Amino acid sequence: MEHYNMNLTLKVWRQKSATAQGNFENYQVKNISSEMSFLEMIDVLNEQLVAENKEPIAFDHDCREGICGMCSMHINGRAHGPWDATTTCQLHMRAFKDGDTITVEPWRAAAFPVIRDLVVDRSAFDRIQQAGGFVSVNTGNAQDANCLPVPKDDADLSFAAASCIGCGACVAACKNSSAMLFVSAKVSQFALLPQGQPERTSRVLNMVAQMDKEGFGSCTNTGACEAECPKEISLTNIARLNREYMKASFLAE
Amino acid sequence: MNLDAKIPAGELEKKWEDYKGHCKLVNPANKRNLEIIVVGTGLAGASAAASLAELGYKVKTFCFQDSARRAHSIAAQGGINAAKNYQNDGDSTFRLFYDTIKGGDYRAREANVHRLAEVSAAIIDQCVAQGVPFAREYGGMLSNRSFGGTQVQRTFYAAGQTGQQLLLGAYSALNRQVGLGTVKNYERHEMLDVVMIDGKARGIIARDLVTGKLERHFGHAVLLCTGGYGNVFYLSTNAMGSNVTAAWKAHRRGAAFGNPCFTQIHPTCIPVSGDHQSKLTLMSESLRNDGRIWVPKKQGDTRKPNEIPEEERDYYLERRYPAFGNLVPRDVASRAAKERCDAGFGVGASKQAVYLDFKFNMMRYGRIEASKQGNHNPDDATMLALGKEVVKEKYGNLFDMYAKITGENPYEVPMRIYPAVHYTMGGLWVDYELMTSVKGLYALGEANFSDHGANRLGASALMQGLADGYFVIPYTIGNYLADEISVKAIPTTHEAFEKTEKEVAERINKLMSIKGTKSVESFHKRLGKIMWDKCGMARNEKGLQEAILEIQQLRKEFWSDVRIPGEIESFNPELDKANRVADFIELGELMCMDALNRKESCGGHFREESQTEDGEAARDDANFMYVAQWEMISDCKWNMQKEDLKYEVIKPSSRNYK
Repeated sequence: MEHYNMNLTLKVWRQKSATAQGNFENYQVKNISSEMSFLEMIDVLNEQLVAENKEPIAFDHDCREGICGMCSMHINGRAHGPWDATTTCQLHMRAFKDGDTITVEPWRAAAFPVIRDLVVDRSAFDRIQQAGGFVSVNTGNAQDANCLPVPKDDADLSFAAASCIGCGACVAACKNSSAMLFVSAKVSQFALLPQGQPERTSRVLNMVAQMDKEGFGSCTNTGACEAECPKEISLTNIARLNREYMKASFLAE
Repeated sequence: MNLDAKIPAGELEKKWEDYKGHCKLVNPANKRNLEIIVVGTGLAGASAAASLAELGYKVKTFCFQDSARRAHSIAAQGGINAAKNYQNDGDSTFRLFYDTIKGGDYRAREANVHRLAEVSAAIIDQCVAQGVPFAREYGGMLSNRSFGGTQVQRTFYAAGQTGQQLLLGAYSALNRQVGLGTVKNYERHEMLDVVMIDGKARGIIARDLVTGKLERHFGHAVLLCTGGYGNVFYLSTNAMGSNVTAAWKAHRRGAAFGNPCFTQIHPTCIPVSGDHQSKLTLMSESLRNDGRIWVPKKQGDTRKPNEIPEEERDYYLERRYPAFGNLVPRDVASRAAKERCDAGFGVGASKQAVYLDFKFNMMRYGRIEASKQGNHNPDDATMLALGKEVVKEKYGNLFDMYAKITGENPYEVPMRIYPAVHYTMGGLWVDYELMTSVKGLYALGEANFSDHGANRLGASALMQGLADGYFVIPYTIGNYLADEISVKAIPTTHEAFEKTEKEVAERINKLMSIKGTKSVESFHKRLGKIMWDKCGMARNEKGLQEAILEIQQLRKEFWSDVRIPGEIESFNPELDKANRVADFIELGELMCMDALNRKESCGGHFREESQTEDGEAARDDANFMYVAQWEMISDCKWNMQKEDLKYEVIKPSSRNYK
């Protein structure tokens, strides 16, 4: 692969706190290598800002290998930027060319208030999980693992749903700021497994109730969530969530 | 300081059973009045917090990330070991115990490691019950694969995302307790000190990273589940936020540090591509099941890998270690890669890389798949195409990650890999009950030093984190808290809380008032370079002595010239980082001192002065069969004591993987 260097203009959302008015600021970065990750490019800019005695851009990031779900930038109008199935930290500067202007914004959703600059509060996701995203089994309760055979196809589908990293790109990509893809991933993981059956009804009802309470929007089956999901969580999980919810609504007392 | 490891008497296989039968218990009514602080929410922290809350204790958890689910255990890829013997290939508790002790180059405690092997099977049971979607065979049973340093298949996995699935399992158990009101999570909080009252840990000072305000939290006991300190090297496979701060504050309050120099350099990571690099990415050890490592036989060969014929390739691990081949332990594989590159056989632009090649096994799998389809004489293209699909299912996410980072397609050309800092076997010294040398202060998971000796085997970190959290601490903490039931929750207006908070505030003020010229990042990079050059894969006396002086100088410079923009009481990641880097600098000095003291080579610690004729690590059991316990006696002045290791069951011998 050919390496090259580039000069870029960045339009970055700056916002001092949740209540402060935010705005775009323009920055120039020079000699950015195509080998860098997008966040390493932001590191370069931040070092430049510190040298100028200015406050660096606040952004969430941690593992930088696409699995922790912490990074969360809206780049050129797309959650996690231009590459499909890629988190911001795995996006590399090969995706851009010399002279480009890149716009960087935080996730925008009422349920994800901005904390500072590109950092948002995604604790609503935790509260949805706390409402039912588990199997009620205490440590020590378990029988031998192979006493419970699971058909491979079910296990694989369950795993595919469970690979959600909770980054919130689905919400950011959705015109309604719906969290259905996120919720459906967890509901599906358990609905597909024998371990999930005893609480199947209460789980889906409780998680959806919490989702609504947090102020996420409704799903209108646009599919932007699936298109932008860095882990390619399938829209069929939403269909399953709807079925689970319907069935549970009838079954619930 | 004379530390007692409190290893129960009796036969090795019965120690843990006897301990559990005789340790003190706390009745359910009393548990409800006892408060426990858990710092860190990775595998060890989340599993401990959930299990303790299930027992009835009141638990508070703290993590610096925005959610408990993001702790760095999430990034573990390949798998988790357990002595289930589901493959009928001769595995047993004893074998897992033996492999771990041997893999650790005889520098771990027998009793701890045996306990780990004993509880390993229950971990898999527990995770499956939680709905963790492990990989399965068509019959519905769990699948296994091999990892380095073993000759059985005992590793359970979920594609290349095992850590993620296990952590989400523990996180779900934790969430259930939060919903029940028995756990309160404090996210975006960083522990900045331990509060000591009458010689016991009674709480912490934490900083709310959103508001910047300091908070006081009381606990009858404090658990540090804060992971390892590989980021002292700046470049490592750790997450950007992984840090030593909580453990270091405990160390400064009297908790001894065990074997700080024991660092694991992982052989298969994506090589450094330039000065901009912020972290290194691991390519799971599981890839060595199907990837063969080689370099050209000719020095400085500039041909493309696919143009180099089979007979001109040196599969140096298979050549040097025929019994274990590509699955030798990590320390051995890393050193062998460094040896080839130093000798001029490295590949890629930097020449600091070796190939990890899947073609051979893709063809092998392809033949099996073709056979399944009734084609018993497939051509190469068919075999390759079918084999690719098999490899994709096993390691797809890792191959994708490699392609995104390097811009190369690993299905077509071999991966380029090089060793990188990955894990720290050293950590806070703990006794058999996981208590540090400070009463009421525990360390679990990677944060403690206890189970991996001088080198950790692959897929054993997840095992240890969950063993400590699910199955060890729920018993051992009762043995301590049984004597604390009469202690009422101490109000955080207590003078000890006030005094400790004031000290934390003063340090932050001092950092912010330096107003120097150099960024925190620049100091971290410089520290990392000293550590990698002089306390990395190969260490020697002269280099370590130089490193100590350089780090002392760096510390002075940091405290007089660091520049931290922004304010204290605000969301200020530069300040968070400055707090962490200040601690890394102090730790770096201690690591070099420990490495200097240990004149032998063992596991991941390679002293150039101590090697065999063919370049293998030469242990010195007569003089160094001990755990080094370092105690800070005054500001960055240490005293070392030894905990002698006694091998009653296993006879230490020279590690042989040939």
